Amino acid sequence: MSDQSMAPDTASLCDPIHGGVAQPITHDSAHKHVAGAAFYVDDLPEPQDMLHLYAAQSPHAHARITSMNLDAVRQASGVVAVITAADIPGHNQIGAVFKDEPLLADGEVFYNGHPVFVVAAKSIEQARAAAALAKIDYEVLPAILGIKDAHEAQSYLEPPQSMGRGDVKTALNRAPHRLSGHLSVNGQDHFYLEGQVSLAIPGEDGDVHVYSSTQHPSELQHLVAEVLGVASHSVTVEVRRMGGGFGGKESQAAIFAALAAVAAKRTGRAAKFRLDRDDDMIITGKRHEAEIAYDVSFDTDGRIDGIRFEQFIKCGYAADLSLAVSDRAMFHADNAYYLPNVEIKSFRCRTNTVSNTAFRGFGGPQGVIGIERVMDAIALHLGLDALQVRKANLYGGPGRDVTPYHQQVTDNVIPEIIGALEKETDYAKRRAAVKAFNAAHRWQKKGLALTPVKFGISFTTKHLNQAGALVHVYSDGSVHLNHGGTEMGQGLMVKVAQVVAEEFQIDVDRVKVTATHTGKVPNTSATAASSGSDLNGMAAQAAARTIKERLVDFIAESRGLPKDQIRFQSNKVFIGNDFVTFDDLVHEAYLARISLSSTGFYKTPDIHYDRDSHTGRPFYYFAYGAALSEVVIDVLTGESRVLAVDILHDVGRSLNPAVDLGQIEGGFIQGMGWLTTEELVSDAEGRLRTHAPSTYKIPVASDRPDAFNITLFSNTNREATIHRSKAVGEPPFMLAVSVHSALLDAVASLGDGTQLPPLDAPATPEAILRAVEAVTAQNERGDG
Amino acid sequence: MSDSIRFYLNGTLIERPVSDSTQSVLSALRYGMRLTGTKEGCAEGDCGACTLVLGSLEGDKLRYRAVNACILFLPELDGKDVYTVEGLRRADGTLHPVQQAMVDLHASQCGFCTPGFVMALYAHYLNGGSFERAVLKDVVAGNLCRCTGYGPILDAGERIGKEASSDHDHHGAAKRLSALKRDVPLDIVATCPISGKPKRYQAPLSSDELAHMLVEAPDAVLLAGGTDVGLWVTKQHKRLDHVISLTAVEDLRFIRERDGWLEIGAGVRHSNAMDRLGALYPDLGELLRRFGSVQVRNSGTLGGNIANGSPIGDSPPPLIALGARIVLRRGDVRRELALEDFYIDYGKQDRQAGEFLESVHVPLPIADRIFKCYKISKRFDQDISAVCAAFSIRLEGDRVCEARIAFGGMAATPKRASRAESALMGQKFTEATMRQAMKKLADDFAPITDMRASADYRLKVAQNLLLKAWLESAGDEGPLRLVGKEAAHV
Ligand SMILES: Cc1cc2nc3c(=O)[nH]c(=O)nc-3n(C[C@H](O)[C@H](O)[C@H](O)COP(=O)(O)OP(=O)(O)OC[C@H]3O[C@@H](n4cnc5c(N)ncnc54)[C@H](O)[C@@H]3O)c2cc1C
Ligand code: FES
Ligand code: FES
Repeated sequence: MSDQSMAPDTASLCDPIHGGVAQPITHDSAHKHVAGAAFYVDDLPEPQDMLHLYAAQSPHAHARITSMNLDAVRQASGVVAVITAADIPGHNQIGAVFKDEPLLADGEVFYNGHPVFVVAAKSIEQARAAAALAKIDYEVLPAILGIKDAHEAQSYLEPPQSMGRGDVKTALNRAPHRLSGHLSVNGQDHFYLEGQVSLAIPGEDGDVHVYSSTQHPSELQHLVAEVLGVASHSVTVEVRRMGGGFGGKESQAAIFAALAAVAAKRTGRAAKFRLDRDDDMIITGKRHEAEIAYDVSFDTDGRIDGIRFEQFIKCGYAADLSLAVSDRAMFHADNAYYLPNVEIKSFRCRTNTVSNTAFRGFGGPQGVIGIERVMDAIALHLGLDALQVRKANLYGGPGRDVTPYHQQVTDNVIPEIIGALEKETDYAKRRAAVKAFNAAHRWQKKGLALTPVKFGISFTTKHLNQAGALVHVYSDGSVHLNHGGTEMGQGLMVKVAQVVAEEFQIDVDRVKVTATHTGKVPNTSATAASSGSDLNGMAAQAAARTIKERLVDFIAESRGLPKDQIRFQSNKVFIGNDFVTFDDLVHEAYLARISLSSTGFYKTPDIHYDRDSHTGRPFYYFAYGAALSEVVIDVLTGESRVLAVDILHDVGRSLNPAVDLGQIEGGFIQGMGWLTTEELVSDAEGRLRTHAPSTYKIPVASDRPDAFNITLFSNTNREATIHRSKAVGEPPFMLAVSVHSALLDAVASLGDGTQLPPLDAPATPEAILRAVEAVTAQNERGDG
Repeated sequence: MSDSIRFYLNGTLIERPVSDSTQSVLSALRYGMRLTGTKEGCAEGDCGACTLVLGSLEGDKLRYRAVNACILFLPELDGKDVYTVEGLRRADGTLHPVQQAMVDLHASQCGFCTPGFVMALYAHYLNGGSFERAVLKDVVAGNLCRCTGYGPILDAGERIGKEASSDHDHHGAAKRLSALKRDVPLDIVATCPISGKPKRYQAPLSSDELAHMLVEAPDAVLLAGGTDVGLWVTKQHKRLDHVISLTAVEDLRFIRERDGWLEIGAGVRHSNAMDRLGALYPDLGELLRRFGSVQVRNSGTLGGNIANGSPIGDSPPPLIALGARIVLRRGDVRRELALEDFYIDYGKQDRQAGEFLESVHVPLPIADRIFKCYKISKRFDQDISAVCAAFSIRLEGDRVCEARIAFGGMAATPKRASRAESALMGQKFTEATMRQAMKKLADDFAPITDMRASADYRLKVAQNLLLKAWLESAGDEGPLRLVGKEAAHV
């Protein structure tokens, strides 16, 4: 260590900054999280006289409101306002893409739980108690609750979509082997730990300031303005952080923000709409439930020739983001496999259920699990190891690089990833050990599966691929950073701060991360599609570069030196043989009247997509990964456990390995929950019966496998992304498909090795036992 | 009569009037005292985001427990040493080692669950237990995190175990608390903010006092740990006009052996009963390990679980199978009955007005008794049983001379499988006999379908558990468990 008294040598002069890119530094709010000092919307000091909102919900899945008498509600103690569809000053409409989503039911309710009116009262208890006094008569209408009913009634949000390439019909008929099958995949609740919440504060000129837990402040701003019937400039939305989002606060936060704003405007008092867990789970959309049917032909190595998928996606009563979600399910029907002749048909089913929405993976997981089931089915049919079949079908090799939507895969690393993982985990040995265990144990069976992920990065709606940032450098050299991305725990703020720190070559603690604010950066896109750091990192870098260039110009001019002799490094600026501290330089520039504030902007290049033909280059690049999962099941009860997981995942050149590892682990466990313990159950009236953690079971600590190894695959993004990193939010979620596949493997071990167990998702103990029984019954009949 | 409660909050004495005696501690902290570090994720005791640490005197020993603030009524804090996440920082402002470990190991992402984890780990740290991975998983089983996948949190736990040990002044705290002990029961009467009617909360100091209060107010709701009653308020939004709390009734917290029985006072919390029962019947210990979470077991009582009468409560099936008996008391009159006779129908128990459960008596093990019990749920930890099964079988030679099989989740009450039991009686203890009993189970039960499981699955798994019990006790494969101590082979 260098002594204080020693003259600074060049080595310590050039010590790397703290918190530059690629450093595994801690989350910018970690020290506040652990102390309870990080503020979420409900933690803000409540303005005087603030009102609490409660939404009365429809008890029917589909009904006409024949009469509504709210007198008793209005007269109840503590009630200040009651808001119905008729009381919305602007449009009673919050559909993000289509205008098919009334904010409050207007004469008709479309799902069980649909908000009908809202009570604003002095306390939430009073608001809730008052809501119960309403007298509403309904005429119950026929309801379409499931995918099957919707398909039969042809109740779709848009005509069925089709994507494909080659001659599927011929390919299906000519190959030596052909199989067809079907898989049901349940939805998933986001279960962000912080429920939906918005606080609206009225201002002058009829303006409102909304604090919301949202991933999409700009859309919220625009929708609130439309609902209020004012211009967007009258509404400001601010988000410091969310207690989790996962897609659930992309479009779904709008309803609560809009109603809080209406109440605030109506009463002139601040209004808070915070949902308790039950209401949150009942009122807000989820991951789309899906049915996937396949018809596939292949050769004796299991290599696919032709394949036809039919994807039935349960969208709920309104479009929300369902069309884009369904598109992404089609985009990922190939996962990492080359499909020479392929057709993917997609049915976007409209049902009388809550309107489903974005959720980590955004349709991708449903696409991926479909093709992975096909791989398992082929392997069982041929009596091959499933990994062998998967490897035979991967993208790679001459001519095997075009996706079903005609995008060429130019950055394929999946064969290397799978090869490396197979080797590192000693797959063959693990397979032998599983076989030996199964031979020795009658009542417990193990299963093993190694599955890949290839995930397309970009919003598939082109215009969303843009971002803005705002950087101020204050005259003391400290930096204020703002951009359009929102923080929901994914570490976006720290990553973007690292980018800015790197650019200015200053320690990251000199860069202050601030709340996302529509008044600072306008017209932003949702923090979604894993794109947060790709887009906002670039925009922030651009803003910082602008300021840096001004500083360089200033130095070059004032010192009379060529620009190439000016270098930012280690909290300093080296000017020829001399240096000044960054802070001193900034102060000097300020005195010289140099602008120290700049916006930055970025749009993703080279992407295009024609939705009519479902062809183009929707993705800027792909992120890859693979996971090996080992599970054990109890043959008598259907209970299961994930024993070991090994992951090798590609994040390009990581901006922050600690954050990225956290995303991979968290995404995997969330995906595991989707496929194992998390089961949404509704009754015959379309009423959700699993609307709290007592009945809806996300993984807990003990569900995490004891052996859990995650390695970052050494790679750099071939595209010029921010520091050649890759997006990481969503792709790891789909690594958990290996768990489901391993469970299938375990069940299949009870058969003669060729029977495909009818295992749907989630693989609850009940689902597993049902599959076990089906396989053993077939065994007993001897018709395997 | 005093409407004020006294407790220490993060080391400072608080004296506070209570205007709503069923307000949750969580709501009082967040909206009354502006301590917003403690979060609400569910308001039903299931997510742990509201975890705080409660120190109380048990006899003259001070014990700290992690509990859920969301289902704890404010007056229950009276006389306690309360810590919230805001109280952990050192005087110089630096983070507590528990907090620092969480930061260093990247154990928070969105941070919303984090205060709850910090407090669950802090309670464990104060009590100085083992920080092995397996133990840590139990310590945080009542805390949900949707972001991290838990690895970094468990890593942080291990780090705390290695690097930090408690320097908390237990002695000083115990002294402070004993000064808060009451000689007259806390009795709060306030006006309900919604109904405008009077609302009363009483906390008797002995079971005799309790007995008399209950005779006088037979309609009052008896509150033990509140892990059921709390939810009546936070989830069903019921108004409880009169609550009588067991919190200060020390003499219902005994565990003693007498004449071949283990007698457990109704006020004994699961976390205290667990070790004793587990030592006698390892399977029961394992079942209780999976009962709720640390937070739930720290509040919830065995008496509450039995008295609540739920068909899916976990302690009745094993206790019925073991032949447990209960003592009920009204005023000065006591009666004893077999636990199975307590359950009459759904929501209906053999409990008279003004009567309360005083104790449960569990027979001590005898050499030839085979005892097995199982809990089937979607998730292993912190879940409610779809089916809970318990088997107590005694053999004479190779024949079954006593069979007590009890199930939860199969009927409107916890119930014995009498036809299956008959099929075993007097028979050789073989797989064939068990398969006969499995068939009979279909005559014993007609379970329902709900969000936890279908009727078909319930029956099927119940039958298979019979087979499993036989395999584990007479088969040659040894234990067939996926979790718990006996799962080492997988
Ligand atoms: C998150 C969570 C998880 C849970 N997990 C489980 C689980 O795994 N298994 C399970 O079985 N239960 C579970 N429960 C339910 C609950 O914890 C248990 O039933 C618990 O034992 C109740 O005890 P308590 O002391 O909290 O009772 P309370 O809620 O205080 O009381 C419950 C009922 O018993 C009555 N009562 C209490 N004491 C007496 C007495 N001495 N005499 C007469 N009546 C009395 C009360 O009036 C009330 O009707 C869970 C609850 C929660 C919130
Ligand atoms: S808020 Fe979830 S346990 Fe208390
Ligand atoms: S860090 Fe987000 S829930 Fe745990």
